[in-house]
Amino acid sequence: MTAHPPPMALLAELTHRCPLQCPYCSNPLELLKVNAERDTNFWKAVIDEAAALGVLQIHFSGGEPTLRRDLPELVAHARGAGLYTNLITSAVLLDEARLRALAEAGLDHVQVSIQGADAESADRIAAYAGAHAKKLEVARLVPKLGMALTLNAVVHRQNLDRLAEIINLAVELGAGRLEVAHVQYHGWALVNRAALIPDEAALARADAIVAERREALRGELVIDYVLPDLHADLPKTCMGGWGSRFINIAPDGRVLPCHAADSIPGMSFERAGERSLGEIWDASDAFQRFRGTGWMQEPCRTCERREVDFGGCRCQALALLGDATATDPVCHRSPHHARIRETALAEAAAPPPEFRYRRP
Amino acid sequence: MTALALEAVPRLKPGVRRRYDAARGQNILLAPERVLVLDDIANAVLEKLDGATTIEALCAALAEQYETDLEIVRADVLELLTDLRDKGMITV
Repeated sequence: MTAHPPPMALLAELTHRCPLQCPYCSNPLELLKVNAERDTNFWKAVIDEAAALGVLQIHFSGGEPTLRRDLPELVAHARGAGLYTNLITSAVLLDEARLRALAEAGLDHVQVSIQGADAESADRIAAYAGAHAKKLEVARLVPKLGMALTLNAVVHRQNLDRLAEIINLAVELGAGRLEVAHVQYHGWALVNRAALIPDEAALARADAIVAERREALRGELVIDYVLPDLHADLPKTCMGGWGSRFINIAPDGRVLPCHAADSIPGMSFERAGERSLGEIWDASDAFQRFRGTGWMQEPCRTCERREVDFGGCRCQALALLGDATATDPVCHRSPHHARIRETALAEAAAPPPEFRYRRP
Repeated sequence: MTALALEAVPRLKPGVRRRYDAARGQNILLAPERVLVLDDIANAVLEKLDGATTIEALCAALAEQYETDLEIVRADVLELLTDLRDKGMITV
């Protein structure tokens, strides 16, 4: 048993490698190379430890997790340990044979990303010719092979006007769930913020479409809608609270409270296998650092919402203010809120600059 | 959304699984990005979803098992199944 309530979910970042180059990639600016990746036995041991700890769901993620040849073996191992298995993929490297192998390994759920409603713009955003058509081909097979399908669309000023078509696409492909997620400006996404951030009118139109379609499709399609931060007045409960629900393991085996925690200077992360996952969860500096409310400054410290949103996102406070212990400036109580918002909306009002891709 | 018919056969959708969560001592329903904690009644209902039993037969079995009035069981079961259908966890 752990002293803190055990984690619900494990995000297993098997690799940072990815054939796509989405300009809003939330992975760090510096990606880990293939030689830093851990082997099959490492991940199997992690899975066993996580299941024993109380983890219920495993998200195989990356980078592009299907680049790992041992993926079916890891899925089977996780399923054998009782975990709910979820694959987060771009789908461009999958085909029917590979997908069937994953289904036979016991994969429960496949989450396929799309970059837009039409091939031309989606392939431009992903910087990968033919990606969109391939994604649709693979996504269509997922429910046919008996797995749940989620379509995951990250939305921004260059695809938000086609949101209604994206929703129709999810229905047509047989998805049970659609995630419409506004860009979170971490990692590479921050580099492209001005090219991505929508103005308030576009956001209001999108909100209305989601509300209307969600009601019309009740019972057929679940639509999860992740609101944009910089237009908001209250911060998100990042990760459901630091060290509260999620455990994230990077490709090199480091155990992180969130996949972006790496960006916070002065943090050190222990490696799975060198200490038990339960001890790392309970007692490591990284997980204790922002757990609960003891680390907070004002205005968080005395705020009645401090145990609702836990001060918002630490990485965002760092990225926008240079201080990971500050109130997330998305919050209207942050003294920096008005300035940050004004800058963001000014970017949204100006014409979008060209995307900057990871591999120019 | 239409009301559920008593002669309909409810079943879990693909990618939705029920299991016991030993770490927390509770029955749960696992679905895409969701974990639903099941109380004893919800668990008893979902145990009976075998892909063949109608809602009416399921209610009758529960009424007998818990020695409860059938009308009351029906109301509770329909409420639960409607909620699970709207959450995308069962088909009816």
